[in-house]
Amino acid sequence: MGCGVDEVVAAFHRVAEVITAHRDELVDLDRAIGDGDHGENLTRGFTAVRASLDEGEHGSPAEVLKLVASTLISTVGGAAGPLYGTALLRAAKAVPDRVELGPEDVAAALAAALEGVVARGRAEAGDKTMVDALVPAVAAAERAVGDGGDTRAVLAAASAAAETGARETAPLVARKGRASYLGERSAGHLDPGARSTALVLGAFASPGPSPSRTPGKECEG
Amino acid sequence: MKKILNDPSTVVTDALRGLALAHPELLRVSTDPAVVTRVEPTPPGAVAVVSGGGSGHEPLHSGFVGPGMLAAACPGPVFTSPTPDQVVAAVREVEAGGGALLVVKNYTGDVLNFETAAELLEAEGVEVRTVVVDDDVAVTDSSFTAGRRGVGGTVLVEKIVGAAAARGDSLDRCAEIAGRVNSQVRSMGLALSPCVVPHVGRPSFELGEDEIEIGIGIHGEPGRERIPLEPADGLVRRLLEPVLDDLPFASGDEVLLFTNSMGGTPPLELYLAHGIAERLLAERGIRVRRSLVGPYVTSLEMRGISVSVLRLDDELTALWDAPVRTTALNWGS
Repeated sequence: MGCGVDEVVAAFHRVAEVITAHRDELVDLDRAIGDGDHGENLTRGFTAVRASLDEGEHGSPAEVLKLVASTLISTVGGAAGPLYGTALLRAAKAVPDRVELGPEDVAAALAAALEGVVARGRAEAGDKTMVDALVPAVAAAERAVGDGGDTRAVLAAASAAAETGARETAPLVARKGRASYLGERSAGHLDPGARSTALVLGAFASPGPSPSRTPGKECEG
Repeated sequence: MKKILNDPSTVVTDALRGLALAHPELLRVSTDPAVVTRVEPTPPGAVAVVSGGGSGHEPLHSGFVGPGMLAAACPGPVFTSPTPDQVVAAVREVEAGGGALLVVKNYTGDVLNFETAAELLEAEGVEVRTVVVDDDVAVTDSSFTAGRRGVGGTVLVEKIVGAAAARGDSLDRCAEIAGRVNSQVRSMGLALSPCVVPHVGRPSFELGEDEIEIGIGIHGEPGRERIPLEPADGLVRRLLEPVLDDLPFASGDEVLLFTNSMGGTPPLELYLAHGIAERLLAERGIRVRRSLVGPYVTSLEMRGISVSVLRLDDELTALWDAPVRTTALNWGS
């Protein structure tokens, strides 16, 4: 058992809720070392994602990933639009015709997403970007697969590692993106892109809102 | 926050509606996706010069759409780059077989979105070249950052390459000229007060009553250092010296001097600064052959100025003088 198309759709609805709930936090993080638009841009993008997911049927997890990618690319703007969009397009390509995403698929999709972000943004680990959340997430996901973890365990491991990775961006001096213009003054703040990456993975790993929780709407082992 | 607006989330489209109504003879506006195009069609085989960027820098870029300058502009949300679909829609509308030259300011978001658009357009068979403008000398550490930012020099690139396209230069030639302008222009700015982004509602940074921020970008992002306010002579010198030392400009150079308001600086102070800059240039034996003074690359209501110096040759001077008819620059036509 793994993550089918309905579960992936439900997960992106959760992502939209989580991002919207953290809009102000992301605005504040970005205002400290950027220009304050990250929370606004992602909220606009994921609101559009919910609308496009509600239109019509979806054939496979990869199709959903592609739809979310193209929606984000055309609505987010800033650096986050093409970076999230590229990440999800690459993730879709890594799991082209799966009906359900198993543990290996999740790890492969995450690794492909990371590759996409690195290729598009030309950032490396330690540059104080979303790469700093994705690198540990990919490593943790691969470890969890190696340990025989199910889909749920792989997502949980990736989410926890991304969370830690995002927290550890605080002391870093930014070398990419708008925060890099601040030089040393960028240290002491969380990177907003790493933080939002951790939020997205967290929403994916979470079981969803409990009251309306319906069987089959979360990724099962 | 005290601003003239109804809803922060519709501020850009609301303003575009007004722009379209005010200048129907010059430009056409569509809002989904947001694109401003020139009414006058691109002559068959001519290059379409297309630019775009976050809103809040007006008149950049929409105010430079018109004969002799841009064929189209893509306004993003305030201080946020436009999305690839805007750029693709703009190019599809104005490209006339001569290819499209994209003028992009060097910010991570702008570069990534235009790069994605260029890939999509090339896949459709449209020839595309991109020039990335990075004239801001305030960013010294460019190998450890996203690189120098595109600021005031962008207007000069757009005017000059727009004139080259209007005289029928090929896409490669236009790309070369745009690259040459970018390589010969340097800029730096300062802020006396921050700006307030409508959907944020608070100042982009805090400045004390007697403090100024040197080396600011154009998105309300803080600059390199904060110093106490000093008389105008000292302020202009702080901007001009790094600009002149960087290229470097030499005695005998002929230049275009562009003194820009960040949005909230009155013309009185702007001309005062321009006079000082011209005097400082003369002290170094640099002759100002052309001038531009006004609010052209702004940061909403920010009080502050930037100074750009472009080294001219005869071709660049002739292209600068060529006719242009846009809402912001208008001469010779």
